[in-house]
Amino acid sequence: MSVTNLNTAPAKAKPSAQVVTFSAPAKRPAPSQFMRRLSAVAGDIVPPLVTLLVLLVAWEFICSSPTSSLPSPTRVMAESWDLIVHPFYVGQGTDQGMAWHIMASLQRVAVGYAIAAVVGIAMGVLVGQSQWAMKGLDPIFQILRTVPPLAWLPLSLAAFRDGNPSAIFVIFITAVWPVIINTAVGIRNIPQDYQNVAKVLRLNQFEYFAKIMLPAAAPYIFTGLRIGIGLSWLAIVAAEMLIGGVGIGFFIWDAWNSSLISDIIVALIYVGVVGFFLDRFIAFIGRAVTRGTATA
Amino acid sequence: MAKSYLSIELVDKSFERNGQVSEVLKQVSLGVEKGEFISIIGHSGCGKSTLLNLVAGLTKVTSGAVLLENKEVSEPGPERAVVFQNHSLLPWLTVYENVSLAVDKVFSRKKSKAERHDWVMRNLDLVQMTHAKDKKPSEVSGGMKQRVGIARALAMEPKVLLLDEPFGALDALTRAHLQDQVMQIHSKLGNTVLMITHDVDEAVLLSDRIVMMTNGPAARIGEILDVPIARPRNRIELATDRSYLKCREAVLKFLYERHRLVEAA
Ligand SMILES: Nc1ncnc2c1ncn2[C@@H]1O[C@H](COP(=O)(O)OP(=O)(O)OP(=O)(O)O)[C@@H](O)[C@H]1O
Ligand SMILES: [Mg+2]
Repeated sequence: MSVTNLNTAPAKAKPSAQVVTFSAPAKRPAPSQFMRRLSAVAGDIVPPLVTLLVLLVAWEFICSSPTSSLPSPTRVMAESWDLIVHPFYVGQGTDQGMAWHIMASLQRVAVGYAIAAVVGIAMGVLVGQSQWAMKGLDPIFQILRTVPPLAWLPLSLAAFRDGNPSAIFVIFITAVWPVIINTAVGIRNIPQDYQNVAKVLRLNQFEYFAKIMLPAAAPYIFTGLRIGIGLSWLAIVAAEMLIGGVGIGFFIWDAWNSSLISDIIVALIYVGVVGFFLDRFIAFIGRAVTRGTATA
Repeated sequence: MAKSYLSIELVDKSFERNGQVSEVLKQVSLGVEKGEFISIIGHSGCGKSTLLNLVAGLTKVTSGAVLLENKEVSEPGPERAVVFQNHSLLPWLTVYENVSLAVDKVFSRKKSKAERHDWVMRNLDLVQMTHAKDKKPSEVSGGMKQRVGIARALAMEPKVLLLDEPFGALDALTRAHLQDQVMQIHSKLGNTVLMITHDVDEAVLLSDRIVMMTNGPAARIGEILDVPIARPRNRIELATDRSYLKCREAVLKFLYERHRLVEAA
């Protein structure tokens, strides 16, 4: 058995090795490495592309009948062509290109999310440091956390009497809970060793916060931030549907009222793609900031 | 009678958990002179780390007192630097930054910025770690991490250096290498050292005196053995040295004849 294996193995390996040497004899590792990277990239890109294609074809097939209530991909392309090719169109009032709607929504998310991040980390640090606060506040947080974002909107409209701050508040209140809870857990899980190091060095409160607490809890904090950005983006679309003005949520609502189903589909694709990149963006920052921290 | 440099006086320590009191240390007294190298040896769980933490000030005595230069130890501080059982470097800082965190804090007023940098490098050089100064702890070996931990502790210029099984997690070769380095540093700087160990050879090789602890609960100091071997010591010459072998035998007898760990391991 093993003998035959030994015989066949080199025979198989040879031809491929020869191809490489013959094509570029001078710098052999470079092209093979390039090819390997290329095939690795292709391996990552081909499956999603194929799946996408299959789904589009299936969709086209299912919605191609003239009586279909939803448009097929080709009809979306045809009906919403202007919308697709002019993302930076500037018109009257809420008649703007997709990019501007997305920008308006992103701006609200940025403000609400930034407040949620700062307040959430600060609250999390306070809660995480005290056993008492943890016990007292945790049930309240756990209950408030489950309140759907939109349920906050009437209350915030009543409080702010204006659409924009209300939407920002909804973002804030949606994103803040996972940040608080994860930060608190991160603070509680700071290893005793690090605390002992801080004690031996006699770090003061501020030094301990900046040099031990924040970096040690950073992986947890970023988990919270990442959940928070996803929830913010979920909430903004819903909130904007109700408050109006420029923004992707209102755009969808407006399209629905004008029976522009194709426009809704284009908007949904935008929402999905932007949400995806927001998530990746926070994940990227998290990785950059916490590099090396996880492996102690 | 004059007090020792570091003096542990009739220390009791008990922990209370859920209303249950467990006595860990009972009537522990020990005097350490300046520049002495003391090893504490005893079976696992007898309370060695607890004793070290009391000297470090990380835990408080139940009764009795720990005095350093006749001043009672009440809280942790850099004059009693600790090298912890598992290196405890901060993983988000580089090797250099781990040491400079300590140096910047301890010498913030006494040294200029350039002097502090030199001091960090001097101490990294002492443990031969300058080559990896910009690496993260996760990127260096276990032995190197422990060396950085020692550099960080040395850089505080502690009155007493406390080592909690500093080489426990290392392989035999690395361990021997680090023991030699610690001996060199000790002869050069003359630190007062309190070191916990499980390793009989390590204790005899490094120490001036070996403190042997009985098994818990309520562990005491069972015996204190003088190691009458001249320095500098060489591990190869010692392998056949009469007094070395005698010390070794004494410790082994204490640990495995008179104070065997009763519970099945
Ligand atoms: N914070 C604590 N609360 C309650 N009991 C504790 C605490 N710290 C230590 N102990 C108990 O004290 C005893 C001694 O622990 P210690 O860590 O000092 O042992 P050790 O001699 O260092 O052991 P090892 O050699 O395994 O490190 C153990 O039985 C342990 O359970
Ligand atoms: Mg221990």
